[in-house]
Amino acid sequence: MTLFLNILVDGVAYGMILFMISVGLSVTMGLMRVVNLAHGGFALLGGTFAHWFAAELGLPFWPALVLAVTLTVALSLPLERVIYRRIYGFTDLQQVLATIGLTFLMIASVNLWQGSSLLPVPLPEGLKATVDLGFRTLPAHRLMVIAAGLAVVLGLWWLLERTRFGIRLRAAVDNRGTASAHGINTDRIFMAAFGLGAGLAALGGVLGAEILPIDAYYPLRYMVLFLIVVAVGGMGSIAGSFLAAIGLGLLETAARYLAPDFATILFFALVMALLALRPNGLIVRAQ
Amino acid sequence: MTRAIRAALVAVTATLLPAASPADTIKVGVVAPFSGPFAIYGKQYQEAVETYVAQHGTSAGEHEIEFIYKDVGGPNPDQSRALAQELLIRDQVDYLAGFTFTPNALAVGPLIEQSQTPTVIFNAATSSINKESEFYLRTSYTLWQVSAPLAEWAYDQGMRTVATTVTDYGPGIDAENAFKAAFEAKGGEVVDAIRMPLSTTDFTPFIQRVRDAAPDAVFTFLPGGPPTFTYTKTYNENGLAEAGIKFLGTAETEEVNLQGLGDAAIGLTTAYHYSGAHDSDENRAFQAKLTELFPDAIANWASVGAYDGTHLIYQMVAAAGTDGPGAVEAAKTLEWESPRGPVKMDPETRTLIQNVYIREVARDEATGQLVNRETGVIATVGDLGWDK
Repeated sequence: MTLFLNILVDGVAYGMILFMISVGLSVTMGLMRVVNLAHGGFALLGGTFAHWFAAELGLPFWPALVLAVTLTVALSLPLERVIYRRIYGFTDLQQVLATIGLTFLMIASVNLWQGSSLLPVPLPEGLKATVDLGFRTLPAHRLMVIAAGLAVVLGLWWLLERTRFGIRLRAAVDNRGTASAHGINTDRIFMAAFGLGAGLAALGGVLGAEILPIDAYYPLRYMVLFLIVVAVGGMGSIAGSFLAAIGLGLLETAARYLAPDFATILFFALVMALLALRPNGLIVRAQ
Repeated sequence: MTRAIRAALVAVTATLLPAASPADTIKVGVVAPFSGPFAIYGKQYQEAVETYVAQHGTSAGEHEIEFIYKDVGGPNPDQSRALAQELLIRDQVDYLAGFTFTPNALAVGPLIEQSQTPTVIFNAATSSINKESEFYLRTSYTLWQVSAPLAEWAYDQGMRTVATTVTDYGPGIDAENAFKAAFEAKGGEVVDAIRMPLSTTDFTPFIQRVRDAAPDAVFTFLPGGPPTFTYTKTYNENGLAEAGIKFLGTAETEEVNLQGLGDAAIGLTTAYHYSGAHDSDENRAFQAKLTELFPDAIANWASVGAYDGTHLIYQMVAAAGTDGPGAVEAAKTLEWESPRGPVKMDPETRTLIQNVYIREVARDEATGQLVNRETGVIATVGDLGWDK
């Protein structure tokens, strides 16, 4: 019973971190139809800025987090204007090559600026504490990440399904010409959505840094993980990404408890089986 | 008059000769990662080599020494072999050095055997490498060398049950075997031996499993960098330290990433052949010169392996010049005072016989930095994995 509860708690906590980092990719890759392999790069930038603000400039954790996310978004907007706008029109392969090139640029820049060692983001005392769940203890920051993940999934659902911005974004993605003809400024909508994706990546990078620590090679190290979550979830589906992240988190955690030697093989075998059954992911967005 | 002129001429030629005739230059090819995720090791090797050169000049005996660096990128045996070949044939090097990863070191075995090139390994720590060729010499350590003494020390401290958690790849399995063999030979019991996937980022399940088993200590081996960070954090956050389960490791608290680990690292116990905080004049001189030349450099296993490796090359060049077999012969009896403490080349295994220190992470009062404080010397040990 304790084992089951352990798997449940750790799996959800791990899954929520996967979700936090991947959901931005689901936004840019699924909604905007751009194969954005530079997604992890924005998480890296967010984490690096947070490290810089908190560890080097001595700001407390929360202001550092806010500034890091803001700065990443601020960088992503001109990037979208100058580079991504061209990338939208590329074929899939060209998009992959262009965005992976951007990833290398980001890695090299961080490497030059901060070196290739770990870039820790110091947590406030409150988050470092452990919380007693009765049958075991859990670090407080995991609970905070779970709460933040829930907030993000609700916020995104509301933003995309219930606001003008969401309606316009979906219209712009489905048929850009018609949307423009209806007076929607599609350029601005795309820019905002891209900034949103980058901001979510940065947020996930900083909040997830306790499990996926930030260093210059972060984007390449975890690229496969992010892509798996989006692929299993179904591109562009926030709910799908959420289910996939929690499911994969639980699955991998269970494998690690029960059969650590085979955890990786089991994980990939199940992902392959799932994709064979549902090639478009758990939840496919209605076209 | 003529005598005076002749004397003057002799004096002039004597001073001019070595400069006029092209100096006998011996080249050393260094194969190491200078780009990619492991670029820091190549950088550290080069910094340590240059520190040694700055302290001891560019000549050894009657020979000038020149270093040529080649970037192997990462664990890439094919590239390692191709670079070694290029160095031997095109650059005509007489010595090879570097090699961070075991497969990269193993890949050059047949080449150095053929060309009789002494090859100084700065890191690759699998015991069996040196069996592949007489021309391998190693200035780092082997996993057996540090893990087995740690197991014996743990038993002597009263620990009777240990869980091992190692990353599931060559060095991890070496470390597990070494620890287990030594601990069980003493009479201790390994209650759980967990091999963790290389791609693991969340260590909570393994740590929780260890906690449930409640052994006296947990022995771990992890590849450097991010895994170390998350493992030590998880160890603390899941209350293993409070539950009295002691942390035993080797390179997990190495100096480059130590500050990044933060307060979570305080109290972690490791057994290793070098600590940046080692209290000796040699270590202070080495670090002073290193940070004078490279203000951001941090001395760790990689720098000390390269520094001692350079010393070894200088000694070999002075003794035998370009004669490969002669150089290896001369190296076999060397002993010197390294920044890590007294070291001696083992003539059989060609790996250093050295002290293994028990270290505990503590915050240095003077500098405010985390350091690996040496709390004990286990023994002077050679490569214990040689005949395993």
